[in-house]
Order: sequence, then C-alpha cells, then structure tokens
Amino acid sequence: MTVSAQIEKLEAEAITIEERSPFQVVMRRFVRHRLAMVSMAVMVIIFIITILAPYITSFKVDEINVNNYFVPFGTVDEDTGRVHYLGTDNIGRDYFSRLIYAGRISLTVALLSVLISETIGVFVGAVSGFYGRWVDAVLMRFVEFMLTIPTLPLLLIISSMLLRNEDLIPIPESVLNFVGNIMLLNPRDARNAVLIVVVLAGFGWLSSAQLMRGTVLSLREQTFVEASRSLGGTDIWIIMKHMIPNAMAPIIVDASLALAGYVVAEAALAFLGFGIQDPVPTWGNMLSATQTYMFDKPWLPLLPGIPIFVCSLAFNYIGDGLRDALDPRLKL
Amino acid sequence: MAMNTNMQTQEKPDLLVVKNLTKYFPVRSGIFQRVSAWVQAVDKVSFAVKSGETLGMVGESGCGKTTVGRSILRLVEPTSGEVSFNGENIITMRPKSLKALRRDMQIIFQDPYASLNPRMPIGEAVMEGLQIHKIGHPKERWEIAINMLKKVGLEEYHARRYPHEFSGGQRQRIGIARALALRPKFIVCDEPVSALDVSIQSQVLNILKDLQKEFGLTYLFIAHNLSVVEHISDRVAVMYLGKMVELTERDALYREPLHPYTKALLSAIPIPHPNVKRDRTILKGDVPSPLNPPKGCRFHTRCPIAVEKCSHDEPEFREARPGHWVACWLVE
Repeated sequence: MTVSAQIEKLEAEAITIEERSPFQVVMRRFVRHRLAMVSMAVMVIIFIITILAPYITSFKVDEINVNNYFVPFGTVDEDTGRVHYLGTDNIGRDYFSRLIYAGRISLTVALLSVLISETIGVFVGAVSGFYGRWVDAVLMRFVEFMLTIPTLPLLLIISSMLLRNEDLIPIPESVLNFVGNIMLLNPRDARNAVLIVVVLAGFGWLSSAQLMRGTVLSLREQTFVEASRSLGGTDIWIIMKHMIPNAMAPIIVDASLALAGYVVAEAALAFLGFGIQDPVPTWGNMLSATQTYMFDKPWLPLLPGIPIFVCSLAFNYIGDGLRDALDPRLKL
Repeated sequence: MAMNTNMQTQEKPDLLVVKNLTKYFPVRSGIFQRVSAWVQAVDKVSFAVKSGETLGMVGESGCGKTTVGRSILRLVEPTSGEVSFNGENIITMRPKSLKALRRDMQIIFQDPYASLNPRMPIGEAVMEGLQIHKIGHPKERWEIAINMLKKVGLEEYHARRYPHEFSGGQRQRIGIARALALRPKFIVCDEPVSALDVSIQSQVLNILKDLQKEFGLTYLFIAHNLSVVEHISDRVAVMYLGKMVELTERDALYREPLHPYTKALLSAIPIPHPNVKRDRTILKGDVPSPLNPPKGCRFHTRCPIAVEKCSHDEPEFREARPGHWVACWLVE
C-alpha cells in the first residue's frame, strides 16, 4: 500500500469516527457486552415464539382432551395425529401450547406494567425535581410513605378486591379490546390481566419517580437549562426538551431491570392465587396449578418455572449491558 | 441618584436603564430551612446602557457582576430595583410579555461545555428559540439556524452533530449563534471568553465585534480580564462587593482612574516589558464576605487612602467629571 493510500484510508477512518452519533456509540458498547447480547438473543427468540404462538402450535389454549391427561412428552394424539411435545396437564390440555400462550400473557403484562410505571415515574419525578420546594416535599414524602409499606401483602389485598369487584376500576372497552388482541384473550379475561397491570404499575412507579427526581435535580442546575429559559422556554418545554432526553439513560436501565421484577411479581401473584385466573395461562398460575404434582410429575411445575427464571435473568443482564453502554459511570 | 447621563455624551438613547438593582440571596439552614442570613450579592446598582454601545463590566469573582447580568434578563428575580428596557419595566413584567421580551434580550454564557444540551444536535439548539417563539416553518427555522452557524464560522454539516464533537471555542460560537437566532437587540455576554484559550479569545471577541456591527447589537460585556474589556468596550463599569464603584468612557478609565479600587486593578495588569518599573498599588487582605459587608464604603477595609469618614458613611455614586461616575469620598 502506498503512503498516500494509507493516508487516505486513515482520513476515511478519522471521518467515520467523527460522524458517529451518540446512539452508534452506545450500540457499539452494548454489542461488546457478551452476556447482554446473549440475553438479548434469548429474549428475541422468546418474543418471536410467543408472537407466533398460533402458528407454532395447533392446539388451542383451552382445548381439553379428557382422555389424554398427564400424557408424557412427545405423545401423539390418536384422533388428529398432533403431537403433545411436552405432554398434557392434569385435565388434558397441551402443555407446550399453554407455555407459549402463557409467555405471551406474562410478557405483555410485564411490558405494559413497565411502560405505565416508567411513564408515571418519569413525569412525577420530573415535576418533583424540577419544581422542588413544597411540590417536591409533598410528592416525595408520599412516595417514601408508599415504599415503606410491604408490597406483597398490599398487592394481594388490592388485587383480590379488584378481581372480586369488577366495577371498582372502570376500564374502557377499547383498552380491553386492544390488550385482548395482544394477548389473544376475550375482553372479559383481558380485564383480569389489565387489572394486574394496574396493580403492578400502581406500585412500580414509586422507585422510578425517585430515580427521575434525583436525575432532574442535578440537570436543572445546568447552564443549558438557564439558556433555554433565557430563550423563552416554559417549564413544560424545558422538561420535555432538556430534562427527559438527558435522563433517558438511567430510566432505560431502570426499565429493563424493572421488567425482570414484573415477570417475577406477576408470577408471584398468580402463584398465590390472586393473579390472572386459571383458564387463562400465565407462567405463574401454571406453576401454581401444578404444584400438587410436584413429587410424582415434577416437570409440570418445573417447566413454567424455567421461562420465569430465564426471562428475569436475561432482563437483568440486558439492564447491566445497557447501563454499561449508556453511561459507564452510572450506579444503579 | 438619577441616571441622567451628561448631555455631551448622550448622542444615543439609553436602551437599558438599571436603577437601584438589588439582589439578596437567602441563606437557609436547619431542618425547617429558615432564612438565617442574606448574601448581599448586588446592592443598589444603577447604570444605563446606550443603544449600540458595549458596556464592559469588571470586578473580582463574587462581586455580583454575573448576578447583575442575570437579573437584567430575570433569570434571577431581583430583590428590588428597576430595570427598564426600551422604556418598559422588566421587573414587573408578566410571564407573557416577558416571553416576548426574550426575543430582544439574550445571554451568552461563560462555560461553553455546560451551556449546550449534550443530547441535542447543535442545529436544533440554535433553532430552539425559533421553535419556542413559533417563528417560521420548521424548514425556515432550520435555514435560519444554518445561516447563524455560518455567521459564526461553522458549516452546514456541523448542524447535525452533537456538542461533544466540538472544541470549546466552537461551542462558544454555537452559543453565540443560539443567542443571535432570535435577532435580539441586547446581549448580556457573561464572561464569554474566560473559559477559552488566549488565541481563541481574540477570535471570539472579533466575531462578537463583527456581529455587533452587522446587527447593531448592544452588549453588556461582563469579564474579569481588564485587557479583554479594554479591547471590546466603549464604556467600562467597575464593581466591588455588590456595588458599582466607577463608570466612565473606556479611555478615561484606563488613562485616569478615579476610584482607588480601579487604580489597584489597573496596576495589576501585567506589562510585557522587563524594564518597566511602576508604582503598584497592592491591596491587602481578602474581599470581605458579602454576607456581612463592611459599613460605610465597602472598600474602606482594603483602601490604601481611606479616611475616618469612609468607615461610617457610604459614598454616593455621583458624576465627579462629565460622564465619569464614581463612588468615593476622596474624589473631588
């Protein structure tokens, strides 16, 4: 290679380095994080499987075959020739199909909960940190008070109240239809799932609000906020244009870690019998429904436990990877 | 203390008149955040800036010059006093008219690293004021922003880049472009070159001068570097511990300073010649705390020529020579 060609190559490289946007920088660092990338791949596969659920399995979720209960792995259904890859449960429902559909519901509940709780947390935290003084005092004392209450007993009480009394929280029909379409549920069952989301997100936003408040507290002292104010920027403008974009890094990390928490929380609620109820499968309630067979057919409660474990681990690693990629100095 | 500037020097009308501007910052302590003391950052400062001129303002760190600049823009709320811009009192303005006023008054900040939002491409940052005031269509705004960037010596392809990709001098020019995008009449330059290399300082100063000519701008130029102020100012004001001690034409000030503090300041300018010997006035001690400023003349504790009277009575800021204002008992 001649010298001039080398110089040209160097120049070309120099330009590509300059042209890299913050997003590309973050992407490169994330891709280098092995564990996070593996977790990402695992989650992508799980998501694809759950999204394609109706195409992967020919059994319906609630299709009962009374004669074929407790059949072992790989049993062929004699009438139709379909295979029960993971056998059937105590009333003859195909376990593999139920696991996939359950994943669809469990993951949707977790995602919706994160979406709602982070949104509430971001706005409450931004307002609290930005306005300070008594607004901050009132909001943060409330958040701290809520956080001192042990969550699980309260979740149990509230969800049992909500599940029994359908009119306690009116949920618009369109929301039910929308969520039902994602989860492949009829609106009545979707209502059940939405209530669980409400309960989970209703407590989940507290810590996100604290995180956001802390971030905004340090951001609002920056000169570029003063610059925006001198340009005529209103409070809402400054919060939307300057606070939230700059607070995104910790919030994204918090969201991915929270995702793991919600998968487990939903399973815990269902396991204790206060979550989404039986004909609708979730990983948690499948575990709960089959726990009585723990000793003679241990795979029945174990199988739904595996995706809960894998998902929460994967979301945690993705969170770690995102944290390292977005801001190496961040402690969360 | 009226601010009727002498007839000889009043060729141009006053654009900005500041009367008895005072800003005390509360010091809060204890669990109830009670106000325990007041920092007297600016105390009854009066001056006027004529249309099209550059008024330099010098003083040590903590003498209140930055607070004066920010009070004029109402980035900090003054405790009392009057600021009128084009005959309108800014201090009593309602938020709506204040927003309109922001178009006419802008500020350039000291720290070029903190004054730009790290998550906002610089083209968008320059456009921000136009967006806030809803000037033109998005496409026109972008063009105006690029024009402004070109005016400060940047190129169109820079507009999509983020602040971290620029040097300090470039960022300061971006800050200038942002301030200019709204076509203001008056700009507070809050130590715009203090954070820059000497070679870059002159470049930025020349850009400021050129833009002043082109757009007919009026500057309040805050700095602590006397040579920089001499280079750019038409008149110079000297502040000490929240008070204005001297205000006059640049040449008069540098040739024949009247206030002992100004004399001490000027004698501290280094002369780049090894054989030049001169009488240096070296001030003893530190600047007293603005929490508890001295009685009488605030400078009397360090003044080499102070007399008994200085420690009891506060000198009036008066016109000792035509167009030459000074606050000292010993000036005839």
